[in-house]
Amino acid sequence: MRKKKRKYFCLFVAPGFGGIMVFVLVPFLDVVKRSFSTAATGQFQGVKNYLAIFGNQAFLLAVGNTLRFTLVCIPVLVLAGLVAALSLNIFHQREWAKSLYLFPLAMPTATVVLVWKLVFYPRGFFNLSLTRLGLMTGLWGEVAEDYLETSGAFWVLVGSYVWKNLGYTVVLWLAGLRGIPAGLLEAARTDGAGAWQRLWYIVLPNLKGSLYTIVVLSFLNSFKIYREAYLTAGAYPHKSIYLLQHLFNNWFVNLELDKMAAAAVCTGGVLMIASLALQRMWAGGDSREGS
Amino acid sequence: MSKTGFKVKCARLARLAGKGILAAGLSLPALLVVLPILLLLSGSLMDAWEMGGYISTVFTEGSEFISWRLMPRYPSFANYGKLLFGTPQFFVLFWNSMKLVACILAGQLLAAVPAAWGFGVYEGRGSRILFAFYVVLMLLPFQVTMLSSYLVLNRLSLLDTHYAIILPAIFSTFPVFLCYGGFCSIPRQMLEAARIDGAGEIAIFLRLGLPLGKSGLLSAMVLGFLEYWNLMEQPMAFLDDRWLWPLSLYLPEITWGQAGYAFCASVITLIPAAFVFIMGQDYLEQGIIYSGLKG
Repeated sequence: MRKKKRKYFCLFVAPGFGGIMVFVLVPFLDVVKRSFSTAATGQFQGVKNYLAIFGNQAFLLAVGNTLRFTLVCIPVLVLAGLVAALSLNIFHQREWAKSLYLFPLAMPTATVVLVWKLVFYPRGFFNLSLTRLGLMTGLWGEVAEDYLETSGAFWVLVGSYVWKNLGYTVVLWLAGLRGIPAGLLEAARTDGAGAWQRLWYIVLPNLKGSLYTIVVLSFLNSFKIYREAYLTAGAYPHKSIYLLQHLFNNWFVNLELDKMAAAAVCTGGVLMIASLALQRMWAGGDSREGS
Repeated sequence: MSKTGFKVKCARLARLAGKGILAAGLSLPALLVVLPILLLLSGSLMDAWEMGGYISTVFTEGSEFISWRLMPRYPSFANYGKLLFGTPQFFVLFWNSMKLVACILAGQLLAAVPAAWGFGVYEGRGSRILFAFYVVLMLLPFQVTMLSSYLVLNRLSLLDTHYAIILPAIFSTFPVFLCYGGFCSIPRQMLEAARIDGAGEIAIFLRLGLPLGKSGLLSAMVLGFLEYWNLMEQPMAFLDDRWLWPLSLYLPEITWGQAGYAFCASVITLIPAAFVFIMGQDYLEQGIIYSGLKG
Protein backbone atom coordinates (compact mmCIF):
# COMPACT_ATOMS: atom_id res chain seq x y z
CA MET A 1 0.00 0.00 0.00
CA ARG A 2 2.79 2.36 1.00
CA LYS A 3 4.69 1.62 -2.18
CA LYS A 4 1.58 2.10 -4.27
CA LYS A 5 0.95 5.42 -2.57
CA ARG A 6 4.43 6.60 -3.43
CA LYS A 7 4.03 5.48 -7.03
CA TYR A 8 0.87 7.51 -7.49
CA PHE A 9 2.32 10.51 -5.69
CA CYS A 10 5.21 10.53 -8.16
CA LEU A 11 2.86 10.04 -11.09
CA PHE A 12 0.74 13.05 -10.17
CA VAL A 13 3.53 15.40 -9.11
CA ALA A 14 6.03 14.49 -11.85
CA PRO A 15 4.76 16.68 -14.73
CA GLY A 16 4.81 19.86 -12.63
CA PHE A 17 8.04 18.97 -10.89
CA GLY A 18 9.75 18.19 -14.19
CA GLY A 19 8.92 21.69 -15.38
CA ILE A 20 10.23 23.21 -12.17
CA MET A 21 13.47 21.25 -12.60
CA VAL A 22 13.95 22.52 -16.15
CA PHE A 23 12.88 26.11 -15.63
CA VAL A 24 13.94 26.86 -12.05
CA LEU A 25 16.20 24.37 -10.28
CA VAL A 26 18.77 23.39 -12.88
CA PRO A 27 19.26 26.97 -14.16
CA PHE A 28 19.51 28.18 -10.57
CA LEU A 29 22.43 25.80 -10.05
CA ASP A 30 24.01 27.45 -13.07
CA VAL A 31 23.44 30.82 -11.37
CA VAL A 32 25.16 29.55 -8.23
CA LYS A 33 28.13 28.50 -10.36
CA ARG A 34 28.19 31.87 -12.09
CA SER A 35 28.15 33.69 -8.77
CA PHE A 36 31.63 32.29 -8.17
CA SER A 37 32.96 33.07 -11.65
CA THR A 38 33.87 36.13 -13.73
CA ALA A 39 31.15 37.44 -16.02
CA ALA A 40 33.16 37.49 -19.23
CA THR A 41 35.35 34.39 -19.18
CA GLY A 42 33.56 32.20 -16.65
CA GLN A 43 36.73 31.54 -14.68
CA PHE A 44 36.43 30.57 -11.04
CA GLN A 45 37.27 33.51 -8.79
CA GLY A 46 35.99 32.57 -5.35
CA VAL A 47 33.80 34.93 -3.37
CA LYS A 48 34.91 38.05 -5.24
CA ASN A 49 31.41 38.73 -6.62
CA TYR A 50 29.97 38.49 -3.13
CA LEU A 51 32.55 40.93 -1.79
CA ALA A 52 31.74 43.22 -4.71
CA ILE A 53 28.02 43.38 -4.01
CA PHE A 54 28.47 43.91 -0.28
CA GLY A 55 30.81 46.80 -1.06
CA ASN A 56 28.30 48.22 -3.56
CA GLN A 57 26.45 51.33 -2.34
CA ALA A 58 23.48 50.67 -4.60
CA PHE A 59 23.07 47.13 -3.29
CA LEU A 60 23.18 48.23 0.35
CA LEU A 61 20.72 51.04 -0.34
CA ALA A 62 18.37 48.67 -2.15
CA VAL A 63 18.54 46.03 0.58
CA GLY A 64 17.87 48.68 3.22
CA ASN A 65 14.93 50.14 1.34
CA THR A 66 13.41 46.75 0.60
CA LEU A 67 13.71 45.72 4.25
CA ARG A 68 12.27 49.04 5.39
CA PHE A 69 9.38 48.75 2.97
CA THR A 70 8.59 45.19 4.03
CA LEU A 71 8.85 45.98 7.75
CA VAL A 72 6.59 49.03 7.44
CA CYS A 73 3.97 47.86 5.01
CA ILE A 74 3.24 44.36 6.33
CA PRO A 75 2.38 45.40 9.92
CA VAL A 76 0.36 48.36 8.60
CA LEU A 77 -1.57 46.12 6.21
CA VAL A 78 -2.15 43.36 8.78
CA LEU A 79 -3.42 45.82 11.41
CA ALA A 80 -5.55 47.83 8.98
CA GLY A 81 -7.12 44.62 7.72
CA LEU A 82 -7.82 43.42 11.27
CA VAL A 83 -9.45 46.70 12.29
CA ALA A 84 -11.57 46.73 9.12
CA ALA A 85 -12.58 43.08 9.57
CA LEU A 86 -13.49 43.51 13.24
CA SER A 87 -15.59 46.56 12.39
CA LEU A 88 -17.21 44.89 9.38
CA ASN A 89 -18.06 41.91 11.55
CA ILE A 90 -20.45 44.13 13.53
CA PHE A 91 -22.54 44.87 10.45
CA HIS A 92 -24.80 42.32 8.82
CA GLN A 93 -24.60 43.30 5.17
CA ARG A 94 -20.91 43.11 4.48
CA GLU A 95 -20.91 41.46 1.05
CA TRP A 96 -20.86 44.69 -0.92
CA ALA A 97 -18.15 46.08 1.32
CA LYS A 98 -16.02 43.00 0.73
CA SER A 99 -16.47 43.37 -3.04
CA LEU A 100 -15.43 47.00 -2.91
CA TYR A 101 -12.37 46.26 -0.79
CA LEU A 102 -11.34 43.43 -3.13
CA PHE A 103 -11.75 45.40 -6.33
CA PRO A 104 -8.30 47.09 -6.38
CA LEU A 105 -6.83 43.59 -6.76
CA ALA A 106 -8.46 43.49 -10.21
CA MET A 107 -7.27 46.93 -11.29
CA PRO A 108 -4.34 46.73 -13.73
CA THR A 109 -1.25 48.47 -12.37
CA ALA A 110 -0.88 50.77 -15.35
CA THR A 111 -4.37 52.08 -14.69
CA VAL A 112 -3.65 52.62 -11.03
CA VAL A 113 -0.46 54.48 -11.82
CA LEU A 114 -2.24 56.87 -14.16
CA VAL A 115 -4.59 57.80 -11.33
CA TRP A 116 -1.76 58.09 -8.79
CA LYS A 117 0.06 60.55 -11.03
CA LEU A 118 -2.99 62.80 -11.23
CA VAL A 119 -3.37 62.55 -7.46
CA PHE A 120 0.20 62.99 -6.26
CA TYR A 121 1.86 65.36 -8.71
CA PRO A 122 2.52 68.80 -7.13
CA ARG A 123 -0.60 70.24 -8.75
CA GLY A 124 -2.65 67.07 -8.34
CA PHE A 125 -5.79 66.17 -6.42
CA PHE A 126 -4.08 65.46 -3.11
CA ASN A 127 -2.53 68.91 -2.81
CA LEU A 128 -5.74 70.43 -4.10
CA SER A 129 -7.71 68.85 -1.26
CA LEU A 130 -5.07 69.77 1.30
CA THR A 131 -5.07 73.39 0.14
CA ARG A 132 -8.87 73.56 0.20
CA LEU A 133 -8.87 72.09 3.70
CA GLY A 134 -6.24 74.62 4.77
CA LEU A 135 -8.24 77.54 3.40
CA MET A 136 -11.44 76.26 4.98
CA THR A 137 -9.97 75.87 8.47
CA GLY A 138 -7.57 78.79 8.03
CA LEU A 139 -4.70 76.78 9.49
CA TRP A 140 -2.36 76.67 6.51
CA GLY A 141 -2.08 78.09 3.03
CA GLU A 142 -1.32 76.56 -0.32
CA VAL A 143 0.41 73.18 -0.36
CA ALA A 144 2.60 72.40 -3.38
CA GLU A 145 4.62 69.44 -2.15
CA ASP A 146 5.98 66.97 -4.69
CA TYR A 147 5.34 63.44 -3.41
CA LEU A 148 6.86 61.33 -6.14
CA GLU A 149 10.35 62.80 -6.36
CA THR A 150 11.00 63.25 -2.66
CA SER A 151 11.12 60.87 0.29
CA GLY A 152 7.32 61.11 0.29
CA ALA A 153 7.47 58.57 -2.55
CA PHE A 154 8.07 55.85 0.03
CA TRP A 155 4.77 56.62 1.75
CA VAL A 156 2.93 56.83 -1.56
CA LEU A 157 4.15 53.30 -2.22
CA VAL A 158 3.09 52.10 1.24
CA GLY A 159 -0.34 53.65 0.73
CA SER A 160 -0.64 52.14 -2.72
CA TYR A 161 0.30 48.72 -1.36
CA VAL A 162 -2.24 48.87 1.45
CA TRP A 163 -4.91 50.15 -0.94
CA LYS A 164 -4.33 47.25 -3.30
CA ASN A 165 -4.01 44.45 -0.76
CA LEU A 166 -6.48 45.42 1.97
CA GLY A 167 -9.26 43.38 0.33
CA TYR A 168 -7.85 39.90 0.67
CA THR A 169 -6.51 40.67 4.13
CA VAL A 170 -10.04 41.58 5.24
CA VAL A 171 -11.46 38.44 3.60
CA LEU A 172 -8.93 36.26 5.41
CA TRP A 173 -9.49 37.91 8.79
CA LEU A 174 -13.25 37.59 8.33
CA ALA A 175 -12.85 33.89 7.52
CA GLY A 176 -10.80 33.51 10.68
CA LEU A 177 -13.43 35.34 12.73
CA ARG A 178 -16.15 33.10 11.33
CA GLY A 179 -14.18 30.08 12.52
CA ILE A 180 -14.35 31.09 16.19
CA PRO A 181 -17.03 29.02 17.95
CA ALA A 182 -19.94 31.27 18.90
CA GLY A 183 -20.48 29.26 22.08
CA LEU A 184 -17.07 30.29 23.37
CA LEU A 185 -17.89 33.99 23.04
CA GLU A 186 -21.34 33.46 24.55
CA ALA A 187 -19.85 31.66 27.54
CA ALA A 188 -17.40 34.49 28.10
CA ARG A 189 -20.20 37.03 27.88
CA THR A 190 -22.28 35.24 30.52
CA ASP A 191 -19.19 35.07 32.72
CA GLY A 192 -19.13 38.85 32.53
CA ALA A 193 -16.26 39.47 30.11
CA GLY A 194 -16.52 42.87 28.38
CA ALA A 195 -16.17 43.41 24.64
CA TRP A 196 -12.46 44.31 24.90
CA GLN A 197 -11.71 41.38 27.19
CA ARG A 198 -13.41 38.99 24.75
CA LEU A 199 -11.37 40.51 21.91
CA TRP A 200 -8.09 40.20 23.76
CA TYR A 201 -8.48 36.79 25.41
CA ILE A 202 -10.63 34.86 22.93
CA VAL A 203 -10.79 36.43 19.47
CA LEU A 204 -7.14 37.36 18.92
CA PRO A 205 -5.58 34.08 20.16
CA ASN A 206 -7.96 32.19 17.86
CA LEU A 207 -6.79 34.15 14.82
CA LYS A 208 -3.20 32.90 14.91
CA GLY A 209 -3.64 30.57 11.91
CA SER A 210 -5.03 33.39 9.81
CA LEU A 211 -2.15 35.63 10.82
CA TYR A 212 0.38 33.23 9.29
CA THR A 213 -1.44 33.12 5.97
CA ILE A 214 -1.92 36.85 5.86
CA VAL A 215 1.75 37.50 6.56
CA VAL A 216 2.85 35.02 3.87
CA LEU A 217 0.50 36.43 1.23
CA SER A 218 1.33 40.03 2.13
CA PHE A 219 5.00 39.23 1.85
CA LEU A 220 4.49 37.53 -1.51
CA ASN A 221 2.67 40.59 -2.79
CA SER A 222 5.05 43.13 -1.29
CA PHE A 223 7.54 42.42 -4.08
CA LYS A 224 4.97 43.33 -6.70
CA ILE A 225 5.00 46.97 -5.56
CA TYR A 226 7.91 47.27 -7.99
CA ARG A 227 5.37 47.61 -10.79
CA GLU A 228 3.89 50.75 -9.27
CA ALA A 229 7.32 52.11 -8.36
CA TYR A 230 8.73 51.51 -11.82
CA LEU A 231 5.77 52.96 -13.67
CA THR A 232 5.54 56.12 -11.56
CA ALA A 233 9.23 56.88 -11.31
CA GLY A 234 11.14 54.80 -13.88
CA ALA A 235 14.30 52.73 -13.50
CA TYR A 236 16.11 55.28 -11.32
CA PRO A 237 13.55 56.70 -8.86
CA HIS A 238 14.14 58.83 -5.77
CA LYS A 239 16.60 57.04 -3.53
CA SER A 240 14.03 56.37 -0.81
CA ILE A 241 12.25 53.90 -3.10
CA TYR A 242 15.19 52.37 -4.93
CA LEU A 243 14.33 48.72 -4.24
CA LEU A 244 16.16 45.45 -4.81
CA GLN A 245 13.84 44.89 -7.75
CA HIS A 246 15.12 48.08 -9.43
CA LEU A 247 18.69 47.01 -8.84
CA PHE A 248 18.19 43.52 -10.30
CA ASN A 249 16.47 45.02 -13.30
CA ASN A 250 19.23 47.57 -13.90
CA TRP A 251 21.93 44.94 -13.55
CA PHE A 252 20.04 42.81 -16.04
CA VAL A 253 19.77 45.68 -18.52
CA ASN A 254 23.47 46.51 -18.12
CA LEU A 255 24.42 42.82 -18.38
CA GLU A 256 26.22 42.78 -15.02
CA LEU A 257 25.34 39.14 -14.68
CA ASP A 258 28.06 38.20 -12.18
CA LYS A 259 26.78 40.63 -9.56
CA MET A 260 23.25 39.61 -10.36
CA ALA A 261 24.10 35.96 -9.77
CA ALA A 262 25.68 36.66 -6.39
CA ALA A 263 22.77 38.86 -5.31
CA ALA A 264 20.23 36.27 -6.49
CA VAL A 265 21.94 33.58 -4.45
CA CYS A 266 22.04 35.80 -1.34
CA THR A 267 18.43 36.99 -1.65
CA GLY A 268 17.17 33.51 -2.50
CA GLY A 269 19.06 32.02 0.44
CA VAL A 270 17.70 34.57 2.92
CA LEU A 271 14.14 34.10 1.65
CA MET A 272 14.48 30.33 1.83
CA ILE A 273 15.69 30.38 5.42
CA ALA A 274 13.02 32.90 6.42
CA SER A 275 10.18 30.95 4.84
CA LEU A 276 11.34 27.60 6.26
CA ALA A 277 11.60 29.18 9.71
CA LEU A 278 8.14 30.65 9.35
CA GLN A 279 6.69 27.28 8.27
CA ARG A 280 8.40 25.63 11.23
CA MET A 281 6.98 28.20 13.63
CA TRP A 282 3.52 27.76 12.19
CA ALA A 283 3.63 23.97 12.44
CA GLY A 284 4.86 24.31 16.04
CA GLY A 285 1.96 26.63 16.89
CA ASP A 286 -0.49 24.08 15.49
CA SER A 287 0.63 21.17 17.60
CA ARG A 288 0.43 23.29 20.74
CA GLU A 289 -3.17 24.09 19.96
CA GLY A 290 -3.64 20.33 19.75
CA SER A 291 -5.37 20.30 16.39
CA MET B 1 -37.96 53.48 36.98
CA SER B 2 -37.87 56.35 34.54
CA LYS B 3 -34.25 56.90 35.44
CA THR B 4 -33.20 53.42 34.28
CA GLY B 5 -35.33 53.88 31.18
CA PHE B 6 -33.36 57.01 30.41
CA LYS B 7 -30.11 55.17 30.99
CA VAL B 8 -31.09 52.39 28.58
CA LYS B 9 -32.05 54.97 25.99
CA CYS B 10 -28.70 56.71 26.42
CA ALA B 11 -26.79 53.44 26.02
CA ARG B 12 -28.78 52.63 22.88
CA LEU B 13 -28.06 56.08 21.45
CA ALA B 14 -24.35 55.73 22.23
CA ARG B 15 -24.23 52.36 20.51
CA LEU B 16 -26.00 53.78 17.48
CA ALA B 17 -23.59 56.69 17.33
CA GLY B 18 -20.65 54.27 17.59
CA LYS B 19 -22.03 52.24 14.71
CA GLY B 20 -22.44 55.40 12.66
CA ILE B 21 -18.82 56.42 13.25
CA LEU B 22 -17.66 52.91 12.32
CA ALA B 23 -19.71 52.96 9.12
CA ALA B 24 -18.18 56.31 8.20
CA GLY B 25 -14.69 54.97 8.90
CA LEU B 26 -15.33 51.88 6.79
CA SER B 27 -16.73 53.81 3.86
CA LEU B 28 -13.57 55.91 3.56
CA PRO B 29 -11.54 53.10 1.97
CA ALA B 30 -14.58 52.25 -0.14
CA LEU B 31 -14.61 55.82 -1.39
CA LEU B 32 -10.92 55.49 -2.26
CA VAL B 33 -11.88 52.59 -4.53
CA VAL B 34 -14.87 54.22 -6.17
CA LEU B 35 -13.29 57.60 -6.89
CA PRO B 36 -10.48 56.33 -9.17
CA ILE B 37 -13.03 54.34 -11.17
CA LEU B 38 -15.24 57.41 -11.60
CA LEU B 39 -12.18 59.44 -12.56
CA LEU B 40 -11.27 56.94 -15.27
CA LEU B 41 -14.77 56.64 -16.65
CA SER B 42 -15.36 60.38 -16.83
CA GLY B 43 -11.90 61.02 -18.25
CA SER B 44 -12.39 58.48 -21.03
CA LEU B 45 -15.45 60.42 -22.23
CA MET B 46 -13.73 63.81 -22.46
CA ASP B 47 -12.35 65.20 -25.67
CA ALA B 48 -8.69 66.22 -25.80
CA TRP B 49 -9.46 69.92 -25.51
CA GLU B 50 -11.57 69.69 -22.36
CA MET B 51 -9.18 67.23 -20.73
CA GLY B 52 -6.21 69.48 -21.56
CA GLY B 53 -7.88 72.37 -19.82
CA TYR B 54 -8.24 70.38 -16.62
CA ILE B 55 -4.97 68.52 -16.31
CA SER B 56 -2.33 70.32 -18.39
CA THR B 57 -1.27 72.07 -15.18
CA VAL B 58 -0.15 68.70 -13.76
CA PHE B 59 2.54 67.93 -16.30
CA THR B 60 3.55 71.45 -17.26
CA GLU B 61 4.03 72.40 -13.58
CA GLY B 62 1.59 75.27 -13.93
CA SER B 63 0.53 77.52 -11.08
CA GLU B 64 -3.12 76.38 -11.08
CA PHE B 65 -4.37 73.26 -9.38
CA ILE B 66 -5.87 70.37 -11.28
CA SER B 67 -9.63 70.58 -11.76
CA TRP B 68 -12.18 68.02 -12.84
CA ARG B 69 -15.80 67.45 -13.81
CA LEU B 70 -17.33 64.06 -13.12
CA MET B 71 -19.79 64.77 -15.93
CA PRO B 72 -17.80 66.00 -18.95
CA ARG B 73 -19.08 69.26 -20.40
CA TYR B 74 -18.91 67.86 -23.93
CA PRO B 75 -19.03 64.07 -23.59
CA SER B 76 -17.74 62.23 -26.62
CA PHE B 77 -16.85 58.72 -27.62
CA ALA B 78 -14.06 59.98 -29.87
CA ASN B 79 -11.37 58.29 -27.73
CA TYR B 80 -13.11 54.93 -27.89
CA GLY B 81 -13.57 55.30 -31.62
CA LYS B 82 -9.91 56.09 -32.16
CA LEU B 83 -8.73 53.28 -29.89
CA LEU B 84 -11.03 50.59 -31.25
CA PHE B 85 -10.99 51.49 -34.94
CA GLY B 86 -7.87 53.55 -35.54
CA THR B 87 -5.13 51.75 -33.60
CA PRO B 88 -4.14 48.32 -34.90
CA GLN B 89 -1.43 48.10 -32.22
CA PHE B 90 -4.00 48.14 -29.46
CA PHE B 91 -5.78 45.15 -30.96
CA VAL B 92 -2.63 43.15 -31.43
CA LEU B 93 -1.59 43.77 -27.83
CA PHE B 94 -5.05 42.99 -26.52
CA TRP B 95 -5.00 39.59 -28.20
CA ASN B 96 -1.42 39.02 -27.07
CA SER B 97 -2.63 39.46 -23.50
CA MET B 98 -5.57 37.13 -24.05
CA LYS B 99 -3.36 34.50 -25.64
CA LEU B 100 -0.77 34.65 -22.87
CA VAL B 101 -3.36 34.38 -20.12
CA ALA B 102 -5.26 31.55 -21.82
CA CYS B 103 -2.12 29.50 -22.50
CA ILE B 104 -0.72 30.00 -19.00
CA LEU B 105 -3.97 29.03 -17.30
CA ALA B 106 -4.44 25.98 -19.54
CA GLY B 107 -0.88 24.87 -18.81
CA GLN B 108 -1.36 25.38 -15.09
CA LEU B 109 -4.43 23.14 -15.21
CA LEU B 110 -2.28 20.36 -16.64
CA ALA B 111 0.74 20.82 -14.37
CA ALA B 112 -0.50 22.23 -11.07
CA VAL B 113 -3.81 20.44 -10.59
CA PRO B 114 -2.41 16.87 -10.64
CA ALA B 115 0.46 18.00 -8.42
CA ALA B 116 -1.98 19.47 -5.91
CA TRP B 117 -3.92 16.19 -5.95
CA GLY B 118 -0.72 14.27 -5.33
CA PHE B 119 0.16 16.45 -2.35
CA GLY B 120 -3.37 16.37 -0.97
CA VAL B 121 -4.15 12.66 -1.23
CA TYR B 122 -0.88 10.73 -1.09
CA GLU B 123 0.60 12.34 1.98
CA GLY B 124 3.85 11.05 3.35
CA ARG B 125 7.13 12.33 4.79
CA GLY B 126 8.64 12.92 1.37
CA SER B 127 5.61 14.78 0.13
CA ARG B 128 5.63 17.08 3.15
CA ILE B 129 9.28 18.01 2.61
CA LEU B 130 8.67 18.66 -1.07
CA PHE B 131 5.64 20.75 -0.18
CA ALA B 132 7.71 22.94 2.15
CA PHE B 133 10.07 23.40 -0.76
CA TYR B 134 7.16 24.47 -2.99
CA VAL B 135 6.30 27.16 -0.42
CA VAL B 136 9.85 28.49 -0.68
CA LEU B 137 9.57 28.57 -4.48
CA MET B 138 6.27 30.39 -4.23
CA LEU B 139 7.85 33.14 -2.13
CA LEU B 140 10.80 33.78 -4.44
CA PRO B 141 10.10 37.00 -6.35
CA PHE B 142 10.59 37.18 -10.09
CA GLN B 143 13.79 39.21 -9.73
CA VAL B 144 15.59 36.41 -7.89
CA THR B 145 14.79 33.87 -10.59
CA MET B 146 15.14 36.34 -13.46
CA LEU B 147 18.73 35.40 -14.27
CA SER B 148 18.09 31.66 -14.13
CA SER B 149 15.00 32.02 -16.32
CA TYR B 150 17.01 34.10 -18.76
CA LEU B 151 19.77 31.50 -18.93
CA VAL B 152 17.44 28.62 -19.62
CA LEU B 153 15.28 30.55 -22.10
CA ASN B 154 18.41 31.63 -23.91
CA ARG B 155 19.68 28.05 -24.02
CA LEU B 156 16.37 26.85 -25.48
CA SER B 157 16.32 29.91 -27.82
CA LEU B 158 12.89 30.92 -26.60
CA LEU B 159 13.74 34.58 -25.85
CA ASP B 160 11.58 37.09 -27.67
CA THR B 161 8.78 34.56 -28.17
CA HIS B 162 5.60 34.16 -26.17
CA TYR B 163 6.91 30.83 -24.86
CA ALA B 164 9.41 32.80 -22.79
CA ILE B 165 6.48 34.12 -20.76
CA ILE B 166 4.17 31.12 -20.89
CA LEU B 167 6.45 28.20 -20.03
CA PRO B 168 7.99 29.49 -16.77
CA ALA B 169 4.57 30.74 -15.61
CA ILE B 170 2.96 27.34 -16.12
CA PHE B 171 5.23 25.87 -13.46
CA SER B 172 4.48 28.51 -10.85
CA THR B 173 3.71 26.85 -7.50
CA PHE B 174 1.01 29.29 -6.36
CA PRO B 175 -1.89 27.49 -8.13
CA VAL B 176 -0.69 24.22 -6.58
CA PHE B 177 -1.51 25.73 -3.20
CA LEU B 178 -4.94 26.96 -4.12
CA CYS B 179 -5.95 23.63 -5.66
CA TYR B 180 -4.39 21.77 -2.74
CA GLY B 181 -6.65 23.69 -0.37
CA GLY B 182 -9.67 22.68 -2.44
CA PHE B 183 -8.66 19.00 -2.53
CA CYS B 184 -7.98 18.93 1.21
CA SER B 185 -11.58 19.86 1.89
CA ILE B 186 -12.80 16.59 0.28
CA PRO B 187 -13.68 14.04 3.00
CA ARG B 188 -11.20 11.15 3.05
CA GLN B 189 -13.93 8.52 3.65
CA MET B 190 -15.37 9.29 0.25
CA LEU B 191 -12.12 8.38 -1.50
CA GLU B 192 -11.80 5.23 0.63
CA ALA B 193 -15.32 4.21 -0.31
CA ALA B 194 -14.50 4.65 -4.00
CA ARG B 195 -11.35 2.53 -3.57
CA ILE B 196 -13.31 -0.26 -1.88
CA ASP B 197 -15.75 -0.19 -4.77
CA GLY B 198 -12.79 -0.90 -7.01
CA ALA B 199 -12.18 2.47 -8.65
CA GLY B 200 -8.64 3.05 -9.91
CA GLU B 201 -6.58 5.98 -8.59
CA ILE B 202 -6.73 7.87 -11.89
CA ALA B 203 -10.49 7.36 -12.10
CA ILE B 204 -10.85 8.69 -8.54
CA PHE B 205 -8.91 11.81 -9.50
CA LEU B 206 -10.95 12.42 -12.64
CA ARG B 207 -14.42 11.43 -11.40
CA LEU B 208 -14.27 12.47 -7.74
CA GLY B 209 -11.36 14.85 -7.26
CA LEU B 210 -11.97 17.23 -10.11
CA PRO B 211 -15.72 17.77 -9.54
CA LEU B 212 -15.40 18.02 -5.76
CA GLY B 213 -12.28 20.20 -5.82
CA LYS B 214 -13.79 22.44 -8.48
CA SER B 215 -13.96 25.54 -6.34
CA GLY B 216 -10.24 25.41 -5.55
CA LEU B 217 -9.55 25.01 -9.25
CA LEU B 218 -11.76 27.90 -10.26
CA SER B 219 -10.26 30.15 -7.63
CA ALA B 220 -6.80 29.40 -9.03
CA MET B 221 -8.08 30.37 -12.45
CA VAL B 222 -9.63 33.64 -11.24
CA LEU B 223 -6.58 34.70 -9.24
CA GLY B 224 -4.39 33.57 -12.14
CA PHE B 225 -6.32 35.66 -14.63
CA LEU B 226 -5.99 38.79 -12.53
CA GLU B 227 -2.28 38.14 -12.01
CA TYR B 228 -1.36 37.36 -15.62
CA TRP B 229 -3.58 40.03 -17.14
CA ASN B 230 -1.36 42.42 -15.24
CA LEU B 231 1.94 40.79 -16.23
CA MET B 232 4.80 43.31 -16.41
CA GLU B 233 8.21 42.18 -15.20
CA GLN B 234 8.49 39.08 -17.38
CA PRO B 235 7.60 40.64 -20.76
CA MET B 236 9.74 43.67 -19.93
CA ALA B 237 12.76 41.43 -19.42
CA PHE B 238 12.22 38.76 -22.08
CA LEU B 239 10.36 40.43 -24.98
CA ASP B 240 12.13 43.03 -27.12
CA ASP B 241 9.66 42.98 -29.98
CA ARG B 242 6.91 45.47 -29.16
CA TRP B 243 4.38 43.60 -31.26
CA LEU B 244 4.64 40.71 -28.82
CA TRP B 245 3.94 42.82 -25.73
CA PRO B 246 0.85 42.36 -23.58
CA LEU B 247 -1.60 45.18 -23.06
CA SER B 248 -0.26 45.91 -19.58
CA LEU B 249 2.91 47.36 -21.14
CA TYR B 250 1.05 49.45 -23.70
CA LEU B 251 -0.62 51.89 -21.32
CA PRO B 252 2.54 53.35 -19.77
CA GLU B 253 3.71 54.24 -23.29
CA ILE B 254 0.94 56.78 -23.83
CA THR B 255 2.08 60.35 -23.25
CA TRP B 256 0.33 63.08 -21.28
CA GLY B 257 -0.66 64.83 -24.48
CA GLN B 258 -3.02 61.94 -25.17
CA ALA B 259 -4.36 61.64 -21.63
CA GLY B 260 -7.97 61.09 -22.70
CA TYR B 261 -6.80 58.26 -24.87
CA ALA B 262 -4.88 56.76 -21.93
CA PHE B 263 -8.00 56.92 -19.76
CA CYS B 264 -9.95 55.15 -22.44
CA ALA B 265 -7.29 52.44 -22.86
CA SER B 266 -7.32 52.02 -19.08
CA VAL B 267 -11.06 51.49 -19.05
CA ILE B 268 -10.83 48.88 -21.79
CA THR B 269 -7.93 47.11 -20.03
CA LEU B 270 -9.99 47.12 -16.87
CA ILE B 271 -13.09 45.59 -18.45
CA PRO B 272 -11.89 41.95 -18.81
CA ALA B 273 -10.36 42.01 -15.33
CA ALA B 274 -13.51 43.51 -13.83
CA PHE B 275 -15.66 41.00 -15.69
CA VAL B 276 -13.65 38.05 -14.36
CA PHE B 277 -13.67 39.64 -10.91
CA ILE B 278 -17.44 40.02 -10.83
CA MET B 279 -18.14 36.56 -12.28
CA GLY B 280 -15.61 34.85 -10.06
CA GLN B 281 -15.79 36.81 -6.87
CA ASP B 282 -17.12 33.91 -4.82
CA TYR B 283 -14.32 31.68 -6.07
CA LEU B 284 -11.81 34.44 -5.54
CA GLU B 285 -12.83 34.69 -1.89
CA GLN B 286 -12.84 30.91 -1.57
CA GLY B 287 -9.38 30.78 -3.10
CA ILE B 288 -8.01 33.37 -0.74
CA ILE B 289 -9.39 31.35 2.14
CA TYR B 290 -8.03 28.07 0.69
CA SER B 291 -4.58 29.54 0.43
CA GLY B 292 -4.88 29.80 4.20
CA LEU B 293 -5.98 26.24 4.91
CA LYS B 294 -3.60 24.40 7.17
CA GLY B 295 -1.29 22.01 5.34
